[in-house]
Amino acid sequence: MKASAFAYARATSVENALDLLSVHGEAAKLLSGGQSLLPAMNLRLIAPELLVDVSQLVELRGIVVKEGVVTIGALTRHADLLKSPEIAAHAPLLMDAVAHVAHPAIRNRGTIGGSLAHADPASELPACMLTLGATIIARGPSGERRIAANEFFVGIYETALTPQELLVAVELPVTPINSTHFFHEFARRHGDYAIVGLAAQASVKDGGFADLRLGFFAVGDRPLLANSASKLVDVVITSAVLTEAASALDDELDPLEDQQATPAMRRLLAKVLLTRCVFALLARPDLCAGVSA
Amino acid sequence: MTSDKANPEALSALDRPNSYIGRTVPRPNLDRLMQGRGLYVSDVELPRMAHVVFLRSPHAHARIISIDASAAKQMPGVIAVVSGRELSTVITPWVGVLSHLKGLKSAPQSAIAVDRVCWQGEAVAAVVAASRAQAEDAAEHVLVKYEGLHAVTDMRTALDPATPVIHASLGDNLAFERIHDAGAVDQAFAESDEVVDAEFVFGRHTGVTLEPRAVVADWNVAEARLTIYQGTQAPHMVQNIAALHLGLKESQVRVVCKDVGGSFGIKVHIYADEMATYALSKLLRRPVKFVADRVESFNTDIHARDHRCKGKIGVKRDGTITAFEIDDLTGIGPYSMYPRTSAIEANQVVNLVGGPYVTGNYRARARVVFQNKNVMCQYRAVGHPIACSVTEGLVDLAAMKIGLDPLEIRRRNLIADNAYPCASPSGLRFEQLSHHAALAKLVQMMDYDALRAEQAALRVKNVHRGIGIASFIEVTNPSAAFYGVGGAKISSQDGVAVRLDAQGSVICQTSITEQGQGSESLTAQIVGSVLGVSMDRVRVILGDTDNTPYGGGTWASRGAGIGGEAALQATKVLRKNILDIAAAILQSTPGELDIVNNAVVKVADGAPRIDLSELARIVYFRPDTLPPGVQPELMATRHFVPREYPFAFTNGVQASWLELDTDTGFVKLLKHWVVEDCGTIINPQLVDEQIRGGVVQGLGAALFEKCVYDERGQLTNANMADYLVPMSGEMPDIDVGHVVSPTLESELGAKGAGEAGTAGAAAAVTNAVNDALKPFGAIVTEIPLTPQVILTALGRI
Ligand SMILES: Cc1cc2nc3c(=O)[nH]c(=O)nc-3n(C[C@H](O)[C@H](O)[C@H](O)COP(=O)(O)OP(=O)(O)OC[C@H]3O[C@@H](n4cnc5c(N)ncnc54)[C@H](O)[C@@H]3O)c2cc1C
Repeated sequence: MKASAFAYARATSVENALDLLSVHGEAAKLLSGGQSLLPAMNLRLIAPELLVDVSQLVELRGIVVKEGVVTIGALTRHADLLKSPEIAAHAPLLMDAVAHVAHPAIRNRGTIGGSLAHADPASELPACMLTLGATIIARGPSGERRIAANEFFVGIYETALTPQELLVAVELPVTPINSTHFFHEFARRHGDYAIVGLAAQASVKDGGFADLRLGFFAVGDRPLLANSASKLVDVVITSAVLTEAASALDDELDPLEDQQATPAMRRLLAKVLLTRCVFALLARPDLCAGVSA
Repeated sequence: MTSDKANPEALSALDRPNSYIGRTVPRPNLDRLMQGRGLYVSDVELPRMAHVVFLRSPHAHARIISIDASAAKQMPGVIAVVSGRELSTVITPWVGVLSHLKGLKSAPQSAIAVDRVCWQGEAVAAVVAASRAQAEDAAEHVLVKYEGLHAVTDMRTALDPATPVIHASLGDNLAFERIHDAGAVDQAFAESDEVVDAEFVFGRHTGVTLEPRAVVADWNVAEARLTIYQGTQAPHMVQNIAALHLGLKESQVRVVCKDVGGSFGIKVHIYADEMATYALSKLLRRPVKFVADRVESFNTDIHARDHRCKGKIGVKRDGTITAFEIDDLTGIGPYSMYPRTSAIEANQVVNLVGGPYVTGNYRARARVVFQNKNVMCQYRAVGHPIACSVTEGLVDLAAMKIGLDPLEIRRRNLIADNAYPCASPSGLRFEQLSHHAALAKLVQMMDYDALRAEQAALRVKNVHRGIGIASFIEVTNPSAAFYGVGGAKISSQDGVAVRLDAQGSVICQTSITEQGQGSESLTAQIVGSVLGVSMDRVRVILGDTDNTPYGGGTWASRGAGIGGEAALQATKVLRKNILDIAAAILQSTPGELDIVNNAVVKVADGAPRIDLSELARIVYFRPDTLPPGVQPELMATRHFVPREYPFAFTNGVQASWLELDTDTGFVKLLKHWVVEDCGTIINPQLVDEQIRGGVVQGLGAALFEKCVYDERGQLTNANMADYLVPMSGEMPDIDVGHVVSPTLESELGAKGAGEAGTAGAAAAVTNAVNDALKPFGAIVTEIPLTPQVILTALGRI
């Protein structure tokens, strides 16, 4: 389990990194935290000729809140998110989510840019980007591009980025004051990738939802912002309504089979999450009875 | 801790002032290991050392048409690329059978495959280079042409006439079959009020040692001697086998075993790639290092369990268990492992089912079949988790059927504590067990009635918790009955030499080995206690065939019980010899003297008479001052092997308390209890650590661990992301209690404790899950108990 030989360049600036990418094209790979890239290289699943190490570009690390927007640099580490007062105040969903990403040793190195670029469909952060309506900012040879989160993830480990582009930051609208959130995932062990997970943000009014965004992960080849959420907005929530929303969700899912779960099990768990999310956000355990997940 | 010592007078050598026996003292090797100064095989660097990487078969079963290594040989750093045929000039093949396992058959296995590969991961060529990375690079350029053969993967159809036979010379795919029939089983079932049956399914899993298997083999041409540095549990066994197959005398092979990063039975076998490494060193006349990486560990470290066992129990309405019957099937891969064989686990299942209970009616069949998957062999608690899960699962099903509490059915059927010595229906002889005392203690520790009340209260709130109980017996301190009688050169005796050095410190050489259990610590505790010196004066040397007495090593929960007794007896001799000299020097008699706190004292008033350092100074440097005719012998050696009982059985009981999410199938372990009886406890903390570690491995099997093969024989989860080992986040608190019934076979009275935790953990958890499932009318008898399995049983998916 030794990586095959590769060349290494430590980028001195974003421009330098972009130059290296445009010279070497697909033979090069960006290195941020290395927590997904290096295991794959050691297993010889991939063998890039050149690693462009961007991890020292301090200008890409950090969190800034300005004019209702939270900007997170691509090299901001999972551990940074977890202890950031800005994230706690303005994107608390993200804080809950990051606590489920791997283990402390990995969170100390793994970055948000690496996680989004890697686009594992079972990852927490990509789904949060959908839920929170993030914009992903990429820089390439022809300048900067702003990509809406719902257009960014296009398949398993596939994004809208080109091999010449560097993800530099993400922007999130500051979470409104009266908004609440729910995050939960089912995993066999703490720190494992989820079997199914849900990152939800809602605004609750008069015992119902004025707004509800449901970002599911590990339910298909990419994170899913569920349309079925609309069935729960501006209506009186009853068991029947919830059952209907769950069945609409079922139609939206296209779960994969893997070691942990069959598609049927993923469908079931996604519906359980939906129900539990609604119970929790509305504080209405009474809905329990009569809902068929 | 209860210490009902059966006969305290037998423990006199240990009950001395300042005895370390029964005390928690830190391991002597702790600081060294914690400061990173351990010496593992991968730390060993020798001049001219090369690294070997094995090119492994991607097919489960295929003919090797050709191997083209010409490009690989041109790669940087490459020293040699060696095929199985080339290596066979240096090393002979082997067959993993033992004569006492009647009918066991297997085919000759080579260090590197010749002509045919029989499992995905079997080595087809060795690439030797100046570094591991260079060897891996070159391995990618070795071109092997294969012709795929039908892979036999499903144990259930392995014996069908339509299934191809893996080794034509054997005639069929049946490696071993054992049938046992005791009492009057049919009659007992006929007279039962209820007969319950079930099929129990056990996932294939493996040991996942933190340090992978590793070898440095150094053939020294000038000395005509091979030194093998290896993390093994049995150095003398490795010495014997390496010599045998390399055409050497045992005296030409030295096995050195320094620190070992976990073994669990994984490192007690002879692996083809390790044999190949010894042979490569001889062939290339230089040191060669092999360190398995994680992927090849999953593909080649022995797997275990993988049983399907049908079980049947008869019970009377009053709770009397009338009979047990089992039909066990297991698939062991393409070869029986060498030299301990792959029939032992099934054999143990037959031996152990029903073992804690009174009924004498027991019928069993076990069949062991070949398949094109990785080899299977003995892993911690060999056969016990299967026998215990089947027995305890059946007992609970019977209790459920007649509406009896799981505790009560056990109380009514466990062998009475005063019924010993006696024998089990499979003929195992028990010296002294304590099932009822252990159960009573467990009930008190877990506050059973309160838990039942809590369970009932939570059911109303739709929270489903379960309690599971599992009594077990455990084979420890094996005599020659295990391997020796079958012709294996695996010693069942162990030896210890102790000597007093010139400044009054003690050097102790023992043939047991240390892989983290605390062998070093318990040996020093015994030597220090018996001699009367402080532990920091005792230095223990293990793991070197040149420098320790001949012996078995550490496996089958034998280190403390057998090696510990040898240490005790050797130290008693040394003590006597020291007192003889002291009497001569002091013009006293040995009977008037004792050794306490590193000095010879007068028994009558405890007054120090002469320091051991002073005595040693006289003996070694001024022997001229000793009376004529006195020849001091400040070194003593003793060996020990149990002779009366083939095995020192231990017993115990475990309980699990867990919560089941019936919407998702997830299990949350809340608490686990163990009460066990390993006889004399030398170091309570070491015993408790062994129990807890064993439980965790059992919980891994219960909930997480499984080697997942597809129908073509491909292992699909050979990495730490997909093969789930138990981690601390999911582990409950584990409370450990003891009952102490020392064995009278030794003065020490210690039995083994290393495997008891693993034996019963999965059974307790499965029973608890079924207890939680009770209102749903669902039953699971398959481990690991994944959410998928539980949801399926609940009919939710
Ligand atoms: C044991 C373990 C458990 C884990 N569990 C989880 C988990 O539960 N949930 C989870 O979400 N993740 C998990 N991870 C992955 C972890 O979160 C990684 O940090 C993350 O996936 C990748 O971030 P990184 O900075 O390490 O990226 P790297 O490994 O450096 O890179 C990953 C990929 O992204 C590309 N890339 C990196 N940075 C950029 C950039 N700025 N622009 C464009 N492309 C870029 C790289 O070229 C590479 O292809 C786990 C990892 C391990 C080792």
